[in-house]
Amino acid sequence: MAELIPTIIAKYNYWIYITLMMIGLYAMIAKNNLVKKILGMSIFQTAIILFYVSIGVKKGATIPILEGVHGHGAAHQAVHAADYVNPLPHVLMLTAIVVGVATLGVALALAIRVYNRYNTLEEDEILAQIRKK
Amino acid sequence: MKIIGLIITIMTGGFLVYAAGDFPAWSDPSSPASTYLSPYYIEKAIEETSVPNIVTAVLADYRGFDTMFEATVIFSAGLVCFILLRIMGRKEPETRHYRHVLTGVTVTIKEGRKIPASEEFERIDDLWTPPELIIKTACRVLIPFLQLFGLYVIAHGHYSPGGGFQGGVILGASIILLAISHDLRTATERMREKVVAILCPVGVAIYAGTGALCLLLGANFLDYGALASVLHVDPITARSHGILMVEIGVGIAVMTTMIWIYNNISSAGKYNQGL
Repeated sequence: MAELIPTIIAKYNYWIYITLMMIGLYAMIAKNNLVKKILGMSIFQTAIILFYVSIGVKKGATIPILEGVHGHGAAHQAVHAADYVNPLPHVLMLTAIVVGVATLGVALALAIRVYNRYNTLEEDEILAQIRKK
Repeated sequence: MKIIGLIITIMTGGFLVYAAGDFPAWSDPSSPASTYLSPYYIEKAIEETSVPNIVTAVLADYRGFDTMFEATVIFSAGLVCFILLRIMGRKEPETRHYRHVLTGVTVTIKEGRKIPASEEFERIDDLWTPPELIIKTACRVLIPFLQLFGLYVIAHGHYSPGGGFQGGVILGASIILLAISHDLRTATERMREKVVAILCPVGVAIYAGTGALCLLLGANFLDYGALASVLHVDPITARSHGILMVEIGVGIAVMTTMIWIYNNISSAGKYNQGL
């Protein structure tokens, strides 16, 4: 038990992302309301973003923007990879956040169409109306 | 269903917790993610692209294709919202309400009648609530500075945190703030639906066109070094300029998509007063 606690503390970013992911997944599966399902999808997405960004962190490193260089002739200074955090997760998540908002918009637009057609957003009521036909 | 969902969720969580045992610890410099490709980007980005912000260099140059198709995905999402929701050729209601802005008197007009075209009347819906004066005034002061900041974030993305995606979202948010604080009609008067619908593909076309220009100049698609002969700079600086061009394209596409999605969803495609 005494050796387990440092392991748990050393990986706390993973526990947070797993918890968020479980909340999102449960909302997507179990919730009856379509908007709540969409919100669950959004929480799930946030968990993935948190996971990626936390992977990029390095101890003792700063943000991946080089300081004091201005375009021309900057190649003379040596840049050490250990001084800067991993830029790749930032790049991937930067686009994923904006695309996530856009897909959330599409999901909400579909929900509006469903509401116009069936006058409800509850999944069981929609299914009952479809079965009746 | 709730029980099954709970079981599936707990099982997934259990697998993830089990797998997390093999993952590197928090902020480990020798983790697999930080050892293979990323040192190359960090050490070579300034030599190869002359952009100090490594995130921007990787986003628009090393992973240019990825970003181009992300911009295409965003454009498609805006288009889908428009196609799903927009109600075209809808009949105008028989009675329309106009409000005299200065006095606050509401005029109701029957079918076929017209009011003289005047700046002093604004069209309102059946369910109209007056916008709060404090919020209106605060947003009126805030919006120009937001837009200026958005332009700064796009243009300064090479040297500080920023770029097309972030700046585009800020610019889009400034118009959405106008729509929330006043109403949707005011916002669409400033930024007409047609303008939004044209600018959105134009932003993607700027990105793809920069790539095609490189192709015409004899290099690979999105190989900005080829722009050196057009811009009269050395190939390394030309990469930095090429990145700025595609960031502007991304900024336009993202800004208009945010506005497009908001306009369609908030009014359910009717383009009336909105929320």
